[in-house]
Amino acid sequence: MASGIKDKVVILGMGCSKFGERWDCNAQDLMVEAFEEALADAGIERKQIEAAWLGTAIEEQHLGKSAVPLAMTLRLPYIPVTRVENYCATGTEALRGAVYAVASGAADIALALGVEKLKDTGYGGLPQRGRGALNDLFWPNLSAPGSFAQLASAYAAKHGADKGDLKRAMAHISVKSHANAGKNPKAHLRNAITMDDVMNASMIAEPLGLYDCCGVSDGSACAIVTTPDIARGLGKKDLVAVKALQVAVSNGEEVQYDQWDGSYFATTRIAAARAYAEAGIKNPRDQVSLVDVHDCFSVTELVTMEDLQLSAEGSAIRDVLDGFFDADGPVPCQIDGGLKCFGHPIGASGLRMVYEMYLQLSGRAGARQRAAPTWGVTHNLGGFPSQNVAAIAVLGSYGA
Amino acid sequence: MSATDFGILSFGAYVPRARLQRKAIAAANSWFAPGLRGLAKGERATCNWDEDSITLAVEAARDCLVGFDRDALAQLVLASTTLPFDDRCNAGVVANALQLKSALRTLDATGSLRAGSTALAAALDGGGYGQTLVVAADARKSKAGSVQEMHYGDGGAALLLGQGQPIARLIGTHSETVDFVHQYRMHDKAHDYAWEERWVRDEGYLKIVPRAVAALLERCAVDPATIAHFCMPGTLSRIGAAVAKRIGLPDDAVRDNLAAVCGDTGAAHPLLMLAAALEVAKPGERILVAAFGEGCDALLFEVTPAIAGTVQRRGVKGALAARREDGNYMRYLSFNKLIDLERGMRAEPDKPTQMTVLYRNRDMIQGLVGGKCRRCGTVQYPRQRYCVNPECNALDSQDDYAFAERHGKILSYTADALTYSPDPPTYFGMVQFDGGGRMLMDFSEIEAGKIDVGLPVRMVYRIKDADAMRGFVRYFWKATPA
Repeated sequence: MASGIKDKVVILGMGCSKFGERWDCNAQDLMVEAFEEALADAGIERKQIEAAWLGTAIEEQHLGKSAVPLAMTLRLPYIPVTRVENYCATGTEALRGAVYAVASGAADIALALGVEKLKDTGYGGLPQRGRGALNDLFWPNLSAPGSFAQLASAYAAKHGADKGDLKRAMAHISVKSHANAGKNPKAHLRNAITMDDVMNASMIAEPLGLYDCCGVSDGSACAIVTTPDIARGLGKKDLVAVKALQVAVSNGEEVQYDQWDGSYFATTRIAAARAYAEAGIKNPRDQVSLVDVHDCFSVTELVTMEDLQLSAEGSAIRDVLDGFFDADGPVPCQIDGGLKCFGHPIGASGLRMVYEMYLQLSGRAGARQRAAPTWGVTHNLGGFPSQNVAAIAVLGSYGA
Repeated sequence: MSATDFGILSFGAYVPRARLQRKAIAAANSWFAPGLRGLAKGERATCNWDEDSITLAVEAARDCLVGFDRDALAQLVLASTTLPFDDRCNAGVVANALQLKSALRTLDATGSLRAGSTALAAALDGGGYGQTLVVAADARKSKAGSVQEMHYGDGGAALLLGQGQPIARLIGTHSETVDFVHQYRMHDKAHDYAWEERWVRDEGYLKIVPRAVAALLERCAVDPATIAHFCMPGTLSRIGAAVAKRIGLPDDAVRDNLAAVCGDTGAAHPLLMLAAALEVAKPGERILVAAFGEGCDALLFEVTPAIAGTVQRRGVKGALAARREDGNYMRYLSFNKLIDLERGMRAEPDKPTQMTVLYRNRDMIQGLVGGKCRRCGTVQYPRQRYCVNPECNALDSQDDYAFAERHGKILSYTADALTYSPDPPTYFGMVQFDGGGRMLMDFSEIEAGKIDVGLPVRMVYRIKDADAMRGFVRYFWKATPA
């Protein structure tokens, strides 16, 4: 049995650009913005970085293929640099590469950087694009909100949930995330909204309205990781360690086998169980201090609360409406605004979630700082409910 | 009647659900063409954006083949004046959708409103080749504000011919070919050009059709007074009755040309009217079909006692009953490329089709064929190399499993207003098939507010995407309320 990643790797420094409509920036400018902050935070020089991972998803919109754009932009000194892409879970995959490199001993200090420049598309939402030669011949004509909206119909049918209650819980999720982002200067959407705003917004993909959908943003986030010994040698104290890092990828059972009911993420449930075991979390609802999940759409966040064992099955609507996941609730969810309001520059999102946990666990989260958090969980999801990539990270104080 | 008589074994029909209201056409155009007001009665069938002559033909053929062994077919003829492909056997596309065996003769019949009737007559007279499916379908195009826009309709009909227990036997055929140009359309033109109706009536219908019918009846020694059903398409006012009178047919033999409820479906219409006659005909009755167009085809049938045993099918009645009133003339214009709507940037992405990919996966895509595992029995789509059942995962263990004629239920759905569609919102979702297997797929013909988890659905063959850059249309299957 593998020993896992717990406490083998710590965060030396992190950075995150301002997310939003960065009309003045190329992807390269966003990368530099995140990298400069991370490098200063780590207190090292770029030549100390021994390996790097670039996470970016829709490269044809900005950087083009390969890891070369990262090496060229940051002037990395001919080190191994790898580009990864795994749908919207790309950011966590970049981190996984860097963390595993350090854990294996192949590199003392490694870099993970995620970036996406989405606002050069010419229209709102994600770019419309092909999905592979054969897939295009039979996949439905779907948008991202359309694919995730499927969850709502299946969830309501499975639990006999009133569609109005479901819509109100989804609205509460969005209102909460806007309120949280108001305290985050780097967030894309910082305006407060009301339940009425959400309920009355134009329909994007039934029952998801405009405010049930996350921001499509430009941005970059960056992590520099190393071993606990090296971090201490560099004078770092109160280290934030990676406690678990788990990915589960659909093998076709959801979309092709007759078991899955369409109301949850099979991958998230599996990855979460593995991550909690790796980190040593026995009772997530009581133990997790904070969670940042892949709230690409409000309904995604709702069902994910159950998949992460933070709500009992069928009770997420009630927990959400009770404020269980509000900033002042027992387990705040999206305290930084989440994808919904911090924004969703695809390749950066997984790293952005970890950035928030790092700040919270270091006591540097400013106006949104929670008192004495111990476990921070990030959930980064790519794809469609019926076939996807779920990537989960657990962060905590080193040695705790 | 001997046990292995040759004749019509089965019939089928399809009419698109959308019925454009003629008063909507008149309301939009009478400022320019006030004469249209006089035609503003009833409705005409019109294709959805994802229908064309090929999809109409597939649906009519499926209706016709209910209860028949498709492997018995030796020949498929597709007749239409609106075939999507000038060079690619359109009948072959239909054959693949129907999953007919490759040992099959196919032929596209086109170039005339008589394409359907001539194809039928030829197949009947050359009956020795084996079981033949004659399908006729037209998705007719016309200029905005034209009289044709009022008269035309879209639809398809199919007839299965062969040895067996025919529901109708052929008595005889006669064809006249006269280069009488009442309307025409050259290769590079989108719409028909028509000459004055009074000339078409007097010099065309009233002279050419009686000549053809008289020749046929004389040769067959049949008294016109014994004809029970007279099927003659024609958009001229009361033309059926006028021709019948000239020939000496009983008044009540003249069959409704479906103008009020469907419109004239071009090359399909003689077959559609014949199918409608077969739905009500009694054993021993004679049916006369006369199709006009640069001449005339006349076909005479006698209905057999086997008509009583006809299997349940949708037929013309069912197709006409499955209707959706459409008063949106602008949408009709857009679907028929008569107006250049701003479609937005989401409509811009290139949609090429790799012929190699399409060919390798032709049964999966065109025929909706998945797999059934011989080891564990799991039904699945698509048929991958390894079985999807996690307790099995056997390699190359699956037999073909056809989903097209199977029903299912909606497991999840949405109405997607963001993705580009010619007719937003796009409805799609997961379908769980009765008997196993599931697919995330497009839906068609969903009406707002009339969809929910559990809704029973069936499969229909439709246009998936159009590739404007290379001029290609690709097809796939969609779920529609059962």
